[in-house]
Amino acid sequence: MEFEEDDLSGEGSKWYRRRLSGILTKTKDKKATPDGLWEKCSRCKTVVPSKDWIANYYVCPSCQYHDRIGSREYFEILFDNNKFTELDPGLSSGDPLQFTDTAPYTDRIKAAQRKTGLVDAVRTATGKMNDFKLVVSCMDFAFVGGSMGSVVGEKIARGIDYSLEHNIPFLMISKSGGARMMEAAFSLMQMAKTSAKLALLHKAGIPYISLITNPTTGGVTASFAMLGDMNIAEPEALIGFAGPRVIRETIGKDLPKGFQSSEFLLEHGFLDFIVPRTELKEKLTTVLKHIWDKKTHK
Amino acid sequence: MADTQWLDFEKDIVELHEQLAKARETHEKGKLDMTDMIQGLEEKIEEAKKHVYNNLTGWQKVQISRHPDRPYTLDYIENIATDFIELHGDRHVKDDKAIVGGFASIDGETFMIIGQQKGRNTKQRQMRNFGMPNPEGYRKALRLMKLAEKFKKPIITFIDTPGASPGLEAEERGQGEAIARNLFEMATLEVPVICIVIGEGASGGALGIGIGDRVLMMQYTWYSVISPESCSSILWRTWDKKELAAEALKLSATDMLGNGLIDGIIEEPLGGAHHDTATAFKAVKAAIKKEYKALKTLSPDELVNKRIAKFSNMGVYEVLES
Repeated sequence: MEFEEDDLSGEGSKWYRRRLSGILTKTKDKKATPDGLWEKCSRCKTVVPSKDWIANYYVCPSCQYHDRIGSREYFEILFDNNKFTELDPGLSSGDPLQFTDTAPYTDRIKAAQRKTGLVDAVRTATGKMNDFKLVVSCMDFAFVGGSMGSVVGEKIARGIDYSLEHNIPFLMISKSGGARMMEAAFSLMQMAKTSAKLALLHKAGIPYISLITNPTTGGVTASFAMLGDMNIAEPEALIGFAGPRVIRETIGKDLPKGFQSSEFLLEHGFLDFIVPRTELKEKLTTVLKHIWDKKTHK
Repeated sequence: MADTQWLDFEKDIVELHEQLAKARETHEKGKLDMTDMIQGLEEKIEEAKKHVYNNLTGWQKVQISRHPDRPYTLDYIENIATDFIELHGDRHVKDDKAIVGGFASIDGETFMIIGQQKGRNTKQRQMRNFGMPNPEGYRKALRLMKLAEKFKKPIITFIDTPGASPGLEAEERGQGEAIARNLFEMATLEVPVICIVIGEGASGGALGIGIGDRVLMMQYTWYSVISPESCSSILWRTWDKKELAAEALKLSATDMLGNGLIDGIIEEPLGGAHHDTATAFKAVKAAIKKEYKALKTLSPDELVNKRIAKFSNMGVYEVLES
């Protein structure tokens, strides 16, 4: 139920990383990045030309580290020719509790909106993936740690409604520190809302695939992220209910290596498979071919 | 009252009680006629109680909700129901003692009653894991709810947890999945579900048995996404802002009802259920009977549709002009 603020400011060496300007750059512009700009893998420190980094889906060609990306990049990876219609783009946070900690919540939201160019921590879009119609809700960690408040819950719920109404499979891409504390119990109830909507989708026999990416913890893990007909994850993602710091403090010792990683969850039976981002679109398409007829929508 | 553990903000009441005890002692020893003084002190105590308990801060309510003498789930079951048959185990791993449940009868009507259970002494607290369930607790609860559904019995859940257990084993066995599954399955249960927060309603650990047609909170309980202490530590980076956090989170029963996130409040005896347990049990029983009477007239479809619609409406947002 928390996000660690360190995660909000990003990680790795700022010299090599595309910061704000990169995130806001139009995807088509990104492709035109001239040679001479470089990315440095924050894990193995290999330096790679930016265009190769992007062409490899922001995955390090050397160590397969999956760099953190947002909805813009995932939509581009998944939707044919990057063509999609965004649903409910204008939903923005209220401040139901007039919440203030060290700063007013409304200020935090405005700052996050300015910094990221996003409206909140999830975007939903519908389009075609290898000719399969698909609704995708994708979380943006850059926005207040991908935390789930009313807007996140509502946009996911409406995405599921759209799937139900049009008989289209639903893909959720999770990446979140959990509930947004500044919306307190409103935030908590988004877990109930999204799970209840997924129960309706299930009853209607429409596929729901949950893709879990680094990191996913707290109330997001304890609701829609774990409720897929198939739960899948990117390699080496941190996935858990309680955050590692909380567990470490509770048990008073260091956590085993690989604890709460995608591989750990696969081994313990909570994931169907792990998929590298470079194979994501093809693998999702194969799954849908098995369970869904794109012509009859059954 | 003599054995009650008093809370820091109840100091004035404690002092008056001490004066009263001394006055009574003097009176009984026959040294002086203290009748007037005793009467005066008794009135003062009532006034002090009203003053203190009608002006409680969020944090003080949290303190009352955690009072070690408060009734727990098994106390409610024992005092409002009969013929309780406790059912154990999740059928996969073990029997989680932090959640109890089973069939019981309230005035001739069978209910499935499930709740988090805290312990009274060190040994019990360990056995009950301080009311913090592991995944198998949530899976036991779900198994019992599905059992109730099969036999068309209404469900009552008592919520009282400082949170789902954070630990290695809980993560290995899928704490997140267990809670998520309960939210998903409870949404479509075809029998009435009444949830009552009787103490602490901490986050996903509480919500995991909290998807009800009626969600009620007792007067001096709290329900939110995080405890005030943890909220303080994360947002303020110190443990010392818990009072501020408790206010900011709007976690009291009155705030939760005002925000439309629960359906009702069960009034407690002045100062909390532990001051007069008999009255508390009576109030809880009456609330259950009242809610069930209304719910049992609804068809399974109506129950499910209304339940899902209720939770789907929770949230506050704006629509920006594009």
